[in-house]
Amino acid sequence: MRKLALNDEILLSIEKPARYIGGEVNSVMKDAGKVDIRFAMCFPDVYEIGESHLGIKILYDMFNRREDVWCERVYSPWMDLDKVMREKDIPLFALESQDAVRDFDFLGITIQFEMCYTNILQILELSGIPLHACDRSEKDPIVIGGGPCAYNPEPLADFFDIFYIGEGETVYDELLDVYKKYKSAGKSRKEFLEAAAQIEGLYVPRFYDAEYHEDGTLRSFTPNNPNAPEKIKKQVVLEVTDAPYPMKPVVPFIKATQDRVVLEIQRGCIRGCRFCQAGMIYRPTRERNVERLKEYARAMLKNTGHEEISLSSLSSSDYSELKELVLFLIDEFKERGINISLPSLRIDAFSLDVMSKVQDVRKSSLTFAPEAGSQRMRDVINKGLTEEDILEGAGQAFEGGWTKVKLYFMLGLPTETEEDMKEIARLSDRVARRYYEIPKDQRQGKCQITASSSFFVPKPFTPFQWASMYTAEEYMRRASVVKQEFQEQLNRKSLRYNWHDAQVTVLEGVIARGDRRIAKVIERAYRLGCLFDSWTESFRNDLWMQAFEETGVDIGFYNLRERRPDELFPWDFIDTGVKKTFLYKEWERAMQGVVTPNCRMQCSGCGAAGFGGGVCYEGQN
Amino acid sequence: MKARIKFRKYGALRFIGHLDVMRFFQKVMRRADIPIAFTGGFSPHMIMSFASPLGIGLSSEGEYFDIELTRPIDSEEAVRRMNEACVEGIEVISFRQIREEKKMTGMTILAGADYLVNVSRGAMPEDWEERFRGFMAQPEIKVIKQTKRNEKEVDIRSQIFCWELRKEGIYLQLAAGSSQNLKPDLVMETFCRFLGISEEEVRFSYCRLEMYAYSEEGKDLVTLESLGWDMEGEGE
Repeated sequence: MRKLALNDEILLSIEKPARYIGGEVNSVMKDAGKVDIRFAMCFPDVYEIGESHLGIKILYDMFNRREDVWCERVYSPWMDLDKVMREKDIPLFALESQDAVRDFDFLGITIQFEMCYTNILQILELSGIPLHACDRSEKDPIVIGGGPCAYNPEPLADFFDIFYIGEGETVYDELLDVYKKYKSAGKSRKEFLEAAAQIEGLYVPRFYDAEYHEDGTLRSFTPNNPNAPEKIKKQVVLEVTDAPYPMKPVVPFIKATQDRVVLEIQRGCIRGCRFCQAGMIYRPTRERNVERLKEYARAMLKNTGHEEISLSSLSSSDYSELKELVLFLIDEFKERGINISLPSLRIDAFSLDVMSKVQDVRKSSLTFAPEAGSQRMRDVINKGLTEEDILEGAGQAFEGGWTKVKLYFMLGLPTETEEDMKEIARLSDRVARRYYEIPKDQRQGKCQITASSSFFVPKPFTPFQWASMYTAEEYMRRASVVKQEFQEQLNRKSLRYNWHDAQVTVLEGVIARGDRRIAKVIERAYRLGCLFDSWTESFRNDLWMQAFEETGVDIGFYNLRERRPDELFPWDFIDTGVKKTFLYKEWERAMQGVVTPNCRMQCSGCGAAGFGGGVCYEGQN
Repeated sequence: MKARIKFRKYGALRFIGHLDVMRFFQKVMRRADIPIAFTGGFSPHMIMSFASPLGIGLSSEGEYFDIELTRPIDSEEAVRRMNEACVEGIEVISFRQIREEKKMTGMTILAGADYLVNVSRGAMPEDWEERFRGFMAQPEIKVIKQTKRNEKEVDIRSQIFCWELRKEGIYLQLAAGSSQNLKPDLVMETFCRFLGISEEEVRFSYCRLEMYAYSEEGKDLVTLESLGWDMEGEGE
């Protein structure tokens, strides 16, 4: 029987002990003595969140296909166990073997959002691995980071040995082979990292130096080791259909956030919304073959026993075989009590038809993401959705029996005026008006329009990477402008408005476009007790502000400053395939309110065609 | 047609709560392709009912749940397929057909359960065995029981059907079911108070061994498993 790292008494004293015991269906057990490489794969948040992440499932499966590698999972111990582990000096362990992470060869950490950075330090510290990569010894694991936030790895540069930039399916095998060779030859950590730095897509921060101008902006960013290339090229899988996909994902005992089979139907997005990082860094758009996806659905449902299946991608309506796939899923599985969870789709006759088949119309709600209230603002952000689309879609839905609509907006977008803010309330009201156009005897009571806004955070590698942000107070003022305008609306009793807190927005802003000097703020905040910052109940803005003060880092420099067109950004050494000149051209077009057609309508020459595949070459055999 | 499944729960799986065990078996049914019936309605769910929830931390040699089948399945085959779809910590022991009447489901007919208790931390006083005999020799053992609304005094002695000091631990046969239900930790807590030692001094581990219903004739306890019979053939 597997021996657990935590004794019964501890397990009985903490919340949800099932988070820490491993042994789930499809978790992979191997003989530690018979593998060459032990890899701990970590999502730095609580089990239920981490266990829902597709990227980790893909890599876990891919690594474990190799006989010489045993990949195990690690998540953040929740606050209750964190305390116990510190008190009793229990080292962080991997779920499968329950062995200490510090004895592994690699600790891989996926970095999905900025507010998990203090959790990364928790993982390192509880593992007993020095926080700073430069302090690590030959026996410490190699700490490697990946995921969307690795596209600006600089705020975390001090804490990682390697960053993997791009999609994990391409060069991990090469990295593991090199590691095996170096390990058996008894080479040093430094020698291994020098070899790793030569693999395309891998960034070893210690081999680079950043220098700054007097005004604080970056002057230069240059390799200090002959093995480190000047530019790091983003990794892309061109044939996504043939890329490994986990047929037997782990089935958690406790309910994970995603307690279902997930089919990734495509990568990338053709739309080119100017605020959206995913839409730029995952270019070019690549689709998975629909017949292959059908096979996956069958096999994965059989192997997991899940009662629900969902589709995953950006802008799923753009997947060319969507209709074929959705109808197949309904025909094949609906009768067997399998729920089909639809992604948010463009509202039209087809999507309304399938929605009415798979969900209870009376209970479910319709979702639109206009992102901005006015057409002017939507043109600035290049969101193709028009007011006519929304009212037409909502109208069809209302006539089909739906009464609930959710609308998602952003506030604090570049060039935003009072008018633009108020239009959020007015547009919501026009949706409600469309409902009340239906004769009273044909509609079902009141409608419920829920508008939510989040504050816009400029991200690297987007046209808005030059945009300046606002203070927390200004964000809240903007939300109150919207709130007040909602009170003015005719159908205010059918409208609801929710907005997010602005404090997190400010922090995300600093970290998203931060440089190496942000590391000390993160470390200080962690030392002051910040942890699980993405959880409202544990977020401590006062401690973060104290950390900025104590480290002398100015939030204004990162958030409020205008960035020059030719400014060297901390992340510019990464080549995502999308050219900075294209991004700047898009920034200028945004300022003029000019929209740019999507990739299928007309190529805008962003540079992603350089990868040699995907949507850029569709219809050209 | 109805079937009753008996299973063991041990090791790390002791830390999986009752609701998650239910979810676990729903997924086992699908992985093992057991022809289980669903309720109607917009979101159908499997027809499955557990005899008695097992608390977190307890192991068991005799857990039960009943299901509704759409067609017969060979018992041996069903046990094999379910175990292939299980993990270490849960083992299906039997899969038997039971009578159709609603009043025969495990939850309704449950009358008693066996437990084995062991000291998991700390030590009992040397003369504890003798004192345990004395504890049990009392005609009544009054305990304040917390219910949802208020607290009331009950006699737990009458709910202890049987006890024995065995080599492998303290054996208790306790009342179980909807009319009266006694948990083994309440017995041990009360005994500790009887001994005059605090709950912190000694901790116990509990294993549920078996669950019973009253036999049709009257007052004998028969295992829930014995009320079913093996199905043969018609497996794929």
